[in-house]
Amino acid sequence: MSLPLERELEGMPLEFANHEESIKITGFWMFLVTDVLIFASLFALYAVYQGGMGGGPDPAEFFHLGPALFETLLLLTSSFTVGLSIWAMRRGQTRAMTAWLLVTLLLGAAFVVTEVSEFVADVAQGYTWHQSAFLSSFFALVGTHGAHVTFGILMALALLVQLSQRGLNAITARKLFTFSLYWHFLDVVWIFIFTVVYLGGKLT
Amino acid sequence: MQAALSYLLHTLFPPTVLRPTELGADVLILATGVIIVTVLTRQKKWGWLWREWLTTVDHKKIGVMYLIAAIAMLFRGGVDALMMRTNLALPSVHFINAEEYNEVFTTHGTIMIFFMAMPLIFALFNAIIPLMIGARDVAFPRLNAVSFWLFAFGALLFNISFVVGGSPNAGWTAYPPLTELAFNPGPGEDYYFMSLFISGIGTTITGINFLVTILRMRAPGMTLWRMPLFAWTALCTSALILFAFPPLTVALGTSLLDRLFGASFYTLGHGGMPMMYVNLFWLFGHPEVYIVVLPAFGIFSEVVATYARKPLFGYSAMVLSVIAIMVLSYGTWVHHFFTMGAGPGVNVFFGLSTMLIAIPTGVKIFNWIFTMWGGRIRLTVAMLYQLAFIPTFVVGGATGVLLATVPVDYQLHNTYFLVAHFHNTLIGGTVFGLLSGLYYWWPKMFGYKLDERQGQWAFWLFFLGFWITFGPQYLLGLQGMTRRLWTYPFGFGWHELNFISTVGAYIMGAGFLVLVYNVLWSMQHGERDLTGDPWDGRTLEWSLPSPAPEYNFARIPVVTARDAWWAMKAEGRANQVKRVRPEEVAALELPRNTGMPFFLGLGFFIMGFGLVFRWWWIGIAGIVVVLASMLWFGFDYDDKKHVHPDVIRRTEAALGRLEA
Repeated sequence: MSLPLERELEGMPLEFANHEESIKITGFWMFLVTDVLIFASLFALYAVYQGGMGGGPDPAEFFHLGPALFETLLLLTSSFTVGLSIWAMRRGQTRAMTAWLLVTLLLGAAFVVTEVSEFVADVAQGYTWHQSAFLSSFFALVGTHGAHVTFGILMALALLVQLSQRGLNAITARKLFTFSLYWHFLDVVWIFIFTVVYLGGKLT
Repeated sequence: MQAALSYLLHTLFPPTVLRPTELGADVLILATGVIIVTVLTRQKKWGWLWREWLTTVDHKKIGVMYLIAAIAMLFRGGVDALMMRTNLALPSVHFINAEEYNEVFTTHGTIMIFFMAMPLIFALFNAIIPLMIGARDVAFPRLNAVSFWLFAFGALLFNISFVVGGSPNAGWTAYPPLTELAFNPGPGEDYYFMSLFISGIGTTITGINFLVTILRMRAPGMTLWRMPLFAWTALCTSALILFAFPPLTVALGTSLLDRLFGASFYTLGHGGMPMMYVNLFWLFGHPEVYIVVLPAFGIFSEVVATYARKPLFGYSAMVLSVIAIMVLSYGTWVHHFFTMGAGPGVNVFFGLSTMLIAIPTGVKIFNWIFTMWGGRIRLTVAMLYQLAFIPTFVVGGATGVLLATVPVDYQLHNTYFLVAHFHNTLIGGTVFGLLSGLYYWWPKMFGYKLDERQGQWAFWLFFLGFWITFGPQYLLGLQGMTRRLWTYPFGFGWHELNFISTVGAYIMGAGFLVLVYNVLWSMQHGERDLTGDPWDGRTLEWSLPSPAPEYNFARIPVVTARDAWWAMKAEGRANQVKRVRPEEVAALELPRNTGMPFFLGLGFFIMGFGLVFRWWWIGIAGIVVVLASMLWFGFDYDDKKHVHPDVIRRTEAALGRLEA
């Protein structure tokens, strides 16, 4: 006897078509819940420490809006292109899917490079996280996000290898879909970082 | 070479660690290790150990491994407790010195919460929840093994601190500035943060796993409103874990950044605020209290209904009160530090929200009593723990409401009154609950009953020992004895009560020994359970043989009512459910064993050990092992084994469950 759930799943997109794989998507949403709370805690730290300058710089003199805006454009665009990749996957256009995924990764890599060079420049100027609680919470919050993006790129590279080995099936489709969830999530977090940290910091 | 050796010796075994107690422990650990290795090699059991246990992804075996680890940790935490009580038995007993006392109360608290209570809960979740909801396994069997190995290697990292480098000594809460590098330079606190960080990741994964298992893997017909209470509490506990562990992860991670990489989150000099850590810690810590007590509530709800032979009184009220407790527990964390100085408005809010939790908890207490009302009660050991739990937990809850009254808390916080209060809830609630659950489900897990008469001895020693230990501590708290005090002089009037308390602690210790004897004796001589349903149970796990076969259900049952198995028996369908016809057996796909989770845990352990001693290359090597294991995980598509129907037919036939 087949489970009622499995019958409901007929006619669903490929990534949901297999009962077991669809359960993994539920699990991934739960993982995202925990990740939201990680960032929420880091935001709380940042909000409290915004005024904790110690002997270090204050937010207004520390932030450069130019690079942050550039990073925002890169990440928002990459969120769009990963959407295009999923759109192609749903229609079975594997070449377009792979191409858009590659574009996404390039944009993501450009984001990471910009962020890292910003961090390196900060540290070269003597703005380390040892200086103040404000800088500690800034580097921890933005750095955790950057580490997530980096990890996402590695994850997608491994996925690209698997896609070339195995083609599109219920498992690889689910993996690409969860990757896109992860990527959109990082985009949402970045929007908060850009508004709260960079724009908010300039206003103080 | 000589210089390197002396550096190693000096770092791993600094002079402060080379005390007689530690040396004794070193020798004992080494001897135990040698014995285990010799026995395994002599009996040629290494292959068996690896194939059957270390690489297993079967939730029932993972449950057994959690259980063994938890009992070992209960022993270690209990020895810590006895060392403390020995020091306090009489004035000016200097059995251990102040520094050792700091380490011992720190490891006692940390081990009992993170490495005893949590794994014991996960032992029962793993062993029972899939059987109870009619599933063949948890949602993510491999991640389940990952959770276990992260916990196991985290616990190992924490425990070796005692003999390698030095134990943490800043209490189980590890508040800065006590943990600030400048004031606490040894590796002890790094061990604490690192090991909890590692095992915390494992716990978070367990939360995700059981949440998804319960939401998506229930047998057909088992709606949420037909779910047994233990499954409900597992669901709510998992949700609590999901929301509570991330703040802890951040608190631990940022503390590590402070200590290892010179950040300034909680240091006093650069605008950091120690109270921020305290807030993050208790944002986790208060829900954690309910993470460990809700499963006990679930266990009692199953136990009382079974042994009173009545359906649980007020099922919906029970479920709603669990949900209410789950939600409310997020709004109470400030009551752990009313003296922070947040002002009367904030303190009153958190005092009231704390008192509010007493209402759903009270509802549950009444419902358990009403379930017993008019029932034909069997006084088994599991039921005795239930009966002991109700008054014990009520006292713990009532003193909790007392402490939630802000002005009273200003007087009583940091005294033995508090110590007695939380032991009343944690032992009276969690430990009694878990022991009750162990006696109740032991036949399901292992196929034999624990001897009832020995179990009653253990119960009475444990129960009376508990009250003799913690009853006097309320009075000591009222007399002003502060917690974490390593010794006290004559003339404070504390010695009689302290002596009684110490006697009680040793009685509890004796209870633990009887419990262990009970298990070992029953392994050999315990009554075998051939029916699969020794207690005339009500839920689906009792429809299976004891212990359940690897695939759990040869045919997934269809649920039509609450207390599904009881209903099947009442409708006379028990045999129909238990027995399968050969043509009903289909081929199955079961998860294939894998060494990946073990290596992932090992990688984290190597990383943690390297970072604790600032040996960066070892730390990086550990991270490489972690990443390699994750890649292995991602590229392993061969994660299922196919089970031929004939194999299942043979197994079922051997169990006498195959229709001819």
